[in-house]
Amino acid sequence: MQDIESLVLNYLPIVIFLVIAVAISVGFLLMSTLLAPNNPDSEKLSAYECGFEAFDDARMKFDVRFYLVAILFIIFDLEVAFLFPWIFRFLKGTSSLSGR
Amino acid sequence: METLIQWGGGVWGGIGLAVLQIAAFLLVLLLGIAFLLWMDRKVLAAVMMRKGPNVVGPFGLLQSFADFLKFVLKEIVIPAGANKTVFLLAPILSTTLALVTWAVIPVAPGWVISDLNVGILYIFAISSLGVYGIIMGGWASNSKYPFLGGLRSAAQMVSYEVSIGFVIVTVLLLVGSMNLTDIVNAQAGGFWNWHAFLLTPEKLPLFPVMFAMFVIFFVSALAETNRPPFDLPEAESELVAGYQVEYSSTPFLLLFLGEQVAITLMCALATILFFGGWHAPFPVPIAADLPAWLTSLGSFAIFVVKVVFFFFIFALVRALVPRYRYDQLMRLGWKIFLPTSLVAVIVVSAYVVFLQPGMEA
Repeated sequence: MQDIESLVLNYLPIVIFLVIAVAISVGFLLMSTLLAPNNPDSEKLSAYECGFEAFDDARMKFDVRFYLVAILFIIFDLEVAFLFPWIFRFLKGTSSLSGR
Repeated sequence: METLIQWGGGVWGGIGLAVLQIAAFLLVLLLGIAFLLWMDRKVLAAVMMRKGPNVVGPFGLLQSFADFLKFVLKEIVIPAGANKTVFLLAPILSTTLALVTWAVIPVAPGWVISDLNVGILYIFAISSLGVYGIIMGGWASNSKYPFLGGLRSAAQMVSYEVSIGFVIVTVLLLVGSMNLTDIVNAQAGGFWNWHAFLLTPEKLPLFPVMFAMFVIFFVSALAETNRPPFDLPEAESELVAGYQVEYSSTPFLLLFLGEQVAITLMCALATILFFGGWHAPFPVPIAADLPAWLTSLGSFAIFVVKVVFFFFIFALVRALVPRYRYDQLMRLGWKIFLPTSLVAVIVVSAYVVFLQPGMEA
């Protein structure tokens, strides 16, 4: 059983890492907001559709098969998630469990 | 972290040292990726018998930095119909998530930001979130090409994630630990212990299975990071550039960077899971009086060489292989890779139970 202090100490660097990573990406965005020119016009801000005016709303119907793929993904990803703890319960009977 | 707190003389000193450590790590990582990008373009150019970038700096080595400056100095265009918050959140999310995954990657013995005991689970969890950046970017643009690109990309990443999960399970069955350092150390001794080439007499029956797992992992990594030949989300001949059509300036840079960081991460993961991490292919006699940092540096160099090797293969694949069709891609993922890796999980667990030497019931 891992005590709470070492758990916190394990994950603290990840939190710091997260903060720094967010700072880097927001910093990039800020850099070009500050340094780059900004003079939009309506043509520039229109959606790209190979030079045409947009014909209709971009959020159109799409194939239901994308939805099926998502459902299949949930099933199999859950399966993988269940297999992770299974591995260690399974290996307990054998000699190949390496500590931790 | 405990040692950092000791050195820093307190919790805040430790946190300060950790910030420095992480900043140094990220600096090396991002600089490395800048040069890897240059290599990517050089390899593509060499295959096409062009010269590639050769103007900025010696051999064009500084091309990526020139590109970076160019990106920063360009105007950020946010389309009028876009959801502005989500539109800007998507690149931040994709870069941040790609970078944060690196927190648990051990690059040399002891050289790791956080040596989690569930490291591989952490990577699996965070890299699954990567798809959100792309979906959000595609949806928020409110334009047709990004929308289609985002949909395709989500379905594709999700499909190959499943087989990557099963491949990881086979490796964990052999190692018996989710800690990445343990996974690397289980492959010490020489290339015949690496999970991609298990050639020791007692593990020989596993060699074909694990080699197939390595191939599946590598191909799934290509698909997972939307690299050619699976770059359907950004198939330029049909979708212009997929989910990134409406992006410009640094938001585009961030999407692009997130993708490159994810690719490098996949190279590092392939190295750790299948190519023995920082271990040399042959047992190297190390003099006992060498300082520890020197041997660590040597191990780090071996790790980097392996990652660069995988990145080189990624670049070669991009140059050599024609793009897949979308239905072929789905068939490969769901009807070939998924059943194969499922069967492999069963085979490997049967080996561990019945054939593994030194088993005590």
